[in-house]
Amino acid sequence: MSIPVYILKRILQAIPLLIMVSIISFVIIKLSPVDPLAELKLNPAISPQVLQSEKQRLGLDLPVQMQYFNWAGNFIKGDLGVSTSGEKVADRLTERIPNTLLLMICVIIITWLIAIPLGIYSALHWKSTFDRFLTIICSMGMAVPTFFLALLLLIFAVKTGWFPVGGLTSVGFDAFNPLHKILDVAHHLILPVTVLAVASLAGLQRQMRGNLLDVLESDYVKMARAKGLPENKVIYKHAVRNALNPLVTLLGFEFASLLSGAALTEFVLQYPGLGRLILEAVMKSDINLVMASLMIGTVMLIAGNLIADILLKFVDPRVNLD
Amino acid sequence: MTILKNNKFIKKLTKDKIVFISMIILVLLYLSIAFAGFIAPYSKSFSDRRLSYAPPSKIFVINGQGKLSRPYTYNYKRTFDPENFKINFEMDRSQKYYLKFFSSGDEYKIFGFIPCNIHLMKVDSPGRLFLFGTDINGRDVFSRLFYGGQISLTIGFLALFISFPIGLLYGGIAGYFGGITDNIMMRIAEAIMSIPSFYLLISLAAILPANMTSIQRFALITIILALIGWAGFSRVVRGMVLSIKNQEFVEASKAIGASSLRIITRHILPQTASFVIVAITLSVPGYILAESGLSFLGLGIQQPDASWGNMLKEAQEYINVLYRPWLLTPGFLIFIAVLTFNIVGDAVRDILDPKSHARR
Repeated sequence: MSIPVYILKRILQAIPLLIMVSIISFVIIKLSPVDPLAELKLNPAISPQVLQSEKQRLGLDLPVQMQYFNWAGNFIKGDLGVSTSGEKVADRLTERIPNTLLLMICVIIITWLIAIPLGIYSALHWKSTFDRFLTIICSMGMAVPTFFLALLLLIFAVKTGWFPVGGLTSVGFDAFNPLHKILDVAHHLILPVTVLAVASLAGLQRQMRGNLLDVLESDYVKMARAKGLPENKVIYKHAVRNALNPLVTLLGFEFASLLSGAALTEFVLQYPGLGRLILEAVMKSDINLVMASLMIGTVMLIAGNLIADILLKFVDPRVNLD
Repeated sequence: MTILKNNKFIKKLTKDKIVFISMIILVLLYLSIAFAGFIAPYSKSFSDRRLSYAPPSKIFVINGQGKLSRPYTYNYKRTFDPENFKINFEMDRSQKYYLKFFSSGDEYKIFGFIPCNIHLMKVDSPGRLFLFGTDINGRDVFSRLFYGGQISLTIGFLALFISFPIGLLYGGIAGYFGGITDNIMMRIAEAIMSIPSFYLLISLAAILPANMTSIQRFALITIILALIGWAGFSRVVRGMVLSIKNQEFVEASKAIGASSLRIITRHILPQTASFVIVAITLSVPGYILAESGLSFLGLGIQQPDASWGNMLKEAQEYINVLYRPWLLTPGFLIFIAVLTFNIVGDAVRDILDPKSHARR
């Protein structure tokens, strides 16, 4: 199956999934005890007639299934509704999604750049002191709650003053020259990227180490050695490339856990991302915003998995897309 | 369940020093929360409003004359410095309070039903023993760490007892019947898995009504945690059932006329036992982290109940932590609990599933 056909097929498959997710999230929201009109009802200056017309405008007088179809119809048309603060939900999302994507791409690049070499080193020096040391460090990295690490780094940043706290840009960002702008964003990204990288680094390093250990025992590596290839060539040309393949599949999972971990990190470090948006929306019971964030989060997850599968096809020609 | 009775299993597990130490730490953690009332100097509801954010009590063993003495402590006195606009705590050296061991104090109940009032250590009122300082309400952080552990360390296990049976049965039914049933059931599971888990978690937690008793809230948070975990687990179970269901012993029980449900629960699912044990030990830390994250945001366990997550909530303001670092202690306990669970879980997996990747 060629790649464009495969992508099309996956997108078609995703549609029933998204419908189901939307039903699940709609049911959750409808179970919520929060009344979107509570504030108006408490206000004595608002007459019952206004309340009634407001109810009609929001479609709250319709049966639940009609409410769902209204919402779904609008969603397809790209109208995600209005948040409680009166802004368009779509605007808020388009403002936040790039930030979260930027954060996640930085984290994935950095973890791969660090974890893969460390994993290879650990596997090649299996059971050496450094390998044992790395294993312990990695277990510790996996055990720190992301929000706790974020808190510790936050205190560190405040005490030393080396890193800016909160936001993605400094005051007066618009007036900076392009290079200064990039450096400024990078400076703001250091803390959140560190927090998320520590958490996912450990898993990736261990996976790489385990895979490579497995591959090094396989017949074709023995064969390559037997025919007298230099050890470097055996490892980097034959073993490492095969050990990398399962990691590409894991990219999809990594994406999912990053999306979840990012929410708490963004909250603690005051980073303007999607995770913090949904958290704030949930706390304010901003129904439209929560619904849209749930859906967008799901779309991002599905897209992440799709990208991982296609990447796998590129690294490993043996993989059949079907 | 023969694996658990086998002595070899325990022997293999304790062979590695690090695993052995981790197991001891875990046992100590669970013992300490079981006897929280005894170890904690104060009860869960104790608070001294005059001493909010008091620093940890200093314990002295050498007295003013430079001689060794029974351990004693001084009370803190709160003073306000109007020039710097700051509250200071100074030790009131006029009155010594000697530590008393195994003496009677606040009433509590061991395991929830045996009344008792003996405490490991305490000082007589009006002396105060705050080993890890106090929080904003003047409650003893040291005591609350143990009461918080009671929730944080058990909620994961309780959630497992809900999510694993559901996942097992769900995966078992889908795999056994196959066809359309399998297709529909798996699509539903996939839909739940494709919502970012933390997003789903906070949305569910946010719809809990505010006026609930703490026990109701605890139960509902447990159920929510369980609702997140079962889908992924059921998918793996289904895969295993698919390969088991064509074996001869399943054919045999079909021929005898056993019902489908009986075949699934009695013959097929027990075959997955070793995988289930590994999955359970490896997923406890995830639940501990999820609960603490939820409570940290204020969506999980609520005050006045303690959990490690909601104790850390006060540390959200970094100004607080800069001057009151003792508020961070619950974070270290979460770290230790998760770390030891991970180490023990990995060891269990290495023994039960020799093909697994992570080798020590």
